[in-house]
Amino acid sequence: MQARHVGWWTLLKRDLYLSRHYYILMAPFMLIFFMFTVIPVGISLGLSFFHFNMLELPRFIGWQNYSRLFLNDDVFLIALKNTLLFAVITGPVSYIACFLFAWIINELSPKVRAVMTLVFYAPSISGNVFFIWLIIFSGDSYGYMNGFLMRLGIILEPVQWLSNEKYVLAIVIIVQLWLSLGTSFLAFIAGLQTIDRSLVEAGTVDGIKNRWQELWFITLPSMRPQLMFGAVMQITASFAVAEISIALAGFPSVNYAAHTVVTHLMDFGTIRFEMGYASAIATVLFALMLGTNVLTQKMLRKIGE
Amino acid sequence: MTMTSKVRAIFGMPKKLNRSFTVSLMLFALLALFGSFMVLPLIYAVNNAFKPLDELFIFPPRFWVNNPTTENFADLINLMGNSWVPLSRYIANTLLITLVGTAGHILLASAAAYPLAKYRFPGSKVLFTIVILSLMFSPHVTAIPNYMVMSWLGWINTHTSIIVPSLAFSLGLFLMKQFMEQIPDALLEAAKIDGANEYRIFWSIVMPNVKPAWLTLMILQFPALWGTDGGSFIYSENLKTLHYALSQIVQGGIARAGVGAAVALLLMIVPITLFIISQSSVMQTMATSGMKD
Repeated sequence: MQARHVGWWTLLKRDLYLSRHYYILMAPFMLIFFMFTVIPVGISLGLSFFHFNMLELPRFIGWQNYSRLFLNDDVFLIALKNTLLFAVITGPVSYIACFLFAWIINELSPKVRAVMTLVFYAPSISGNVFFIWLIIFSGDSYGYMNGFLMRLGIILEPVQWLSNEKYVLAIVIIVQLWLSLGTSFLAFIAGLQTIDRSLVEAGTVDGIKNRWQELWFITLPSMRPQLMFGAVMQITASFAVAEISIALAGFPSVNYAAHTVVTHLMDFGTIRFEMGYASAIATVLFALMLGTNVLTQKMLRKIGE
Repeated sequence: MTMTSKVRAIFGMPKKLNRSFTVSLMLFALLALFGSFMVLPLIYAVNNAFKPLDELFIFPPRFWVNNPTTENFADLINLMGNSWVPLSRYIANTLLITLVGTAGHILLASAAAYPLAKYRFPGSKVLFTIVILSLMFSPHVTAIPNYMVMSWLGWINTHTSIIVPSLAFSLGLFLMKQFMEQIPDALLEAAKIDGANEYRIFWSIVMPNVKPAWLTLMILQFPALWGTDGGSFIYSENLKTLHYALSQIVQGGIARAGVGAAVALLLMIVPITLFIISQSSVMQTMATSGMKD
């Protein structure tokens, strides 16, 4: 026992010594990565059990932040409801849209393909151009939506799109969808181009008749790694909606109609300085994302069966 | 060409199996419909930037510009020239953040990705798992502790607070690692036999081979830094970025609607141009972006 223990330790030491150059190469990235991503997540998890306002020393209060969050904070429940609504609508819709458009684009000739890729990808990298939507949905008759609907005679007076509880969440969802064809969309197009043509030919021999069968039995299973990657990216994006909501609906939005978990987090973290409470919100958000990811990856394994 | 053969040519159909013409046409229509939904707001932004003031406030509003003018851009330069902090200062700040942040990220992420892609050593699997997990949380989760770390380091109100965290962005490491896995081991072995050490192999063999991935990391990192307003870390006016200055103008309201439209065009044109230039390299990298289950 003793001898084996020593042997294991010597082995590890030798491995560590042999790999020293790898650690040196990784050190700068990992140092910063741990300092600004990994450790902060740890701090955030820890802080969520404390009462902390940046002025006094943190005071341990156990699960109190979480119980307050779920039992005593109506606004959080609205935020949670909105975020889940976002996640359930924009998540799957944008994920499927990413794939569907990538799949159609992949059939086009190379030049048209490049143009269409740009058309669908451009909104997600064009910075803060989403304020164009502010002009489109502007509340006076100079707003495009109002001007258009008034000329058609559907409405007689301009509608306050962005300060009306009835519309604001839907508008934020539309703009979010417009922006959401990002990295995963590119990954899907690229993944489709790497599919082995001989698989499709072999499939035809095995009785695949149309493109829908080809999609389910050949295309989707060969793209599973890209689909996994895309799922992670889309889930994170759809749970983290905040900037668009703030830009379009204001902060806070009318009656919290477009409030999300992240805007709630900003409210407590950067305005009220209740760091412990804000950390509890962050932890709930992280748990939601992780849970959804695990669930989605399980579902993706069933493709093509 | 007849209509049918035109569509067939665009779809590259003769070579493909399992394709029906009607379905192709329907999918094409779907693509055109949603494509216009995607692109119209952007075309509108371009049009708006060249509209004279009277056209911006026409009722009912018009999509296309009638009498294009560059007045809005001239106004923008004028306006910025009169501001307390000169425009050049904002541009210099943004360039510093964007260039150092992007170049540094490419270098650090590549250096870290090389061992992870090519070797197994104690801790390599755990580190990569942490990187994958970190793809799953939004930066908002870490915003508060980040602020605390920054203030301990005394980095509040310096560009360092924006540049340094952006150097270690986990998506970049992930994509770079996946791309590097394609480099043939034989190439590295040959260099080792010739007596090159790991650093030399990394610098003169691995790095030149992953140029497409550099461009991809650039296209991911650049828009984020280009569009940064300094977040919650930068307060003094002469350290602020171009994006911040421009968004202040946009908030100026009706009197500055024309300048605002010019600003919108400026902000979107740079990342889009960059993507057009690097598109084929980006696609090459993304093809390796998959995650195994």
